[in-house]
Amino acid sequence: MRAITNTSIYWQGVRDGSPFLLVVCPFALLFGVIATEAGLNVFETLAFAVIVIAGAAQLTALQLMADDVPTVIVLVSALAVNLRMAMYSASLAPHLGAAPLRQRAIAAYFTIDQSYALSIQKFEQHPEMTITQRMRYFFGVVTLIVPGWYVATAVGALAGKSIPPEFALDFAVPITFLAMIAPMLRTMPHILAAGTSVVMALIFAGLPFNLGLLVAGFGAMIVGAQSELWFGRRAARKDAS
Amino acid sequence: MIDRVELWIVIIGLGIGSYGLRFVFTGIIGDRELPEWVLRHLRYTAVAVLPALVAPLVVWPPAALGALDPARSVAAMVTLGVGYYTRNTLAAILSGAGALYLGLYLLG
Repeated sequence: MRAITNTSIYWQGVRDGSPFLLVVCPFALLFGVIATEAGLNVFETLAFAVIVIAGAAQLTALQLMADDVPTVIVLVSALAVNLRMAMYSASLAPHLGAAPLRQRAIAAYFTIDQSYALSIQKFEQHPEMTITQRMRYFFGVVTLIVPGWYVATAVGALAGKSIPPEFALDFAVPITFLAMIAPMLRTMPHILAAGTSVVMALIFAGLPFNLGLLVAGFGAMIVGAQSELWFGRRAARKDAS
Repeated sequence: MIDRVELWIVIIGLGIGSYGLRFVFTGIIGDRELPEWVLRHLRYTAVAVLPALVAPLVVWPPAALGALDPARSVAAMVTLGVGYYTRNTLAAILSGAGALYLGLYLLG
């Protein structure tokens, strides 16, 4: 195996993260356009994206505000969409928890779908990585993605209404998420969890305050964890017999 | 029209809340060992939450006024299929976008 240096691991992160510009930028562009159409100016749109840095939650909040939903419900619903960030944080904690507090505080801001997905994959494949190397990889991943997020948001806000509806930018969000989910379906428990998530989200779509998302998310996590146990026990029985 | 005060309450509130969610475990818990059952559930976070976010958007796309739309449904299936078999997010996005535009062109 190739020796890993601290510098090369940073650049590895940059390299692994760079294709996600093609995921993140259209999403940011979309938010910029939609925010402008909802009446936000360029500064407000950019501030939104920089401060919150979570597209799905931003779009949820925007949609609900445009629908004149009470502020408290806007906040709770958008935070519910972002609850997965707490789960990412918990999942990264065993890998990054030993880093200095200041680094962890900065890394928290940059905990996004892509930095989480790439980092956790890397850390699990290479348990021998030092804490410094893990942090470098993590920051490498966001080096291009996050500035891309800001710039594309601003471009979207500036372009605003001049993008015709024929471009069907509305569907950029589902396509982006689906393209992120599909490669994660590595094992049967992952597939069962995703399937449960879809079915429960559709069944509970009518629940108020976006609660359907939470119900489906927790239900699917339980199905994933339980089926992992079940498949594990079955494999153990096979080995024994 | 969105009220300015409400907008800034949402931006700042959502910013603080989202940061709190991201900081809660890496920042406060640190590298203290989490119990195995917690970690087992956390392994399924992404595949549990993201499909729930997408499913209603695919089945009831707002741009098609909430009705099942053939071009968008096909695009979603192409994205999922290509992503599953190639394990490549970018290839999946490009195929999905291609399928969407082709579908919208053919099916109007």
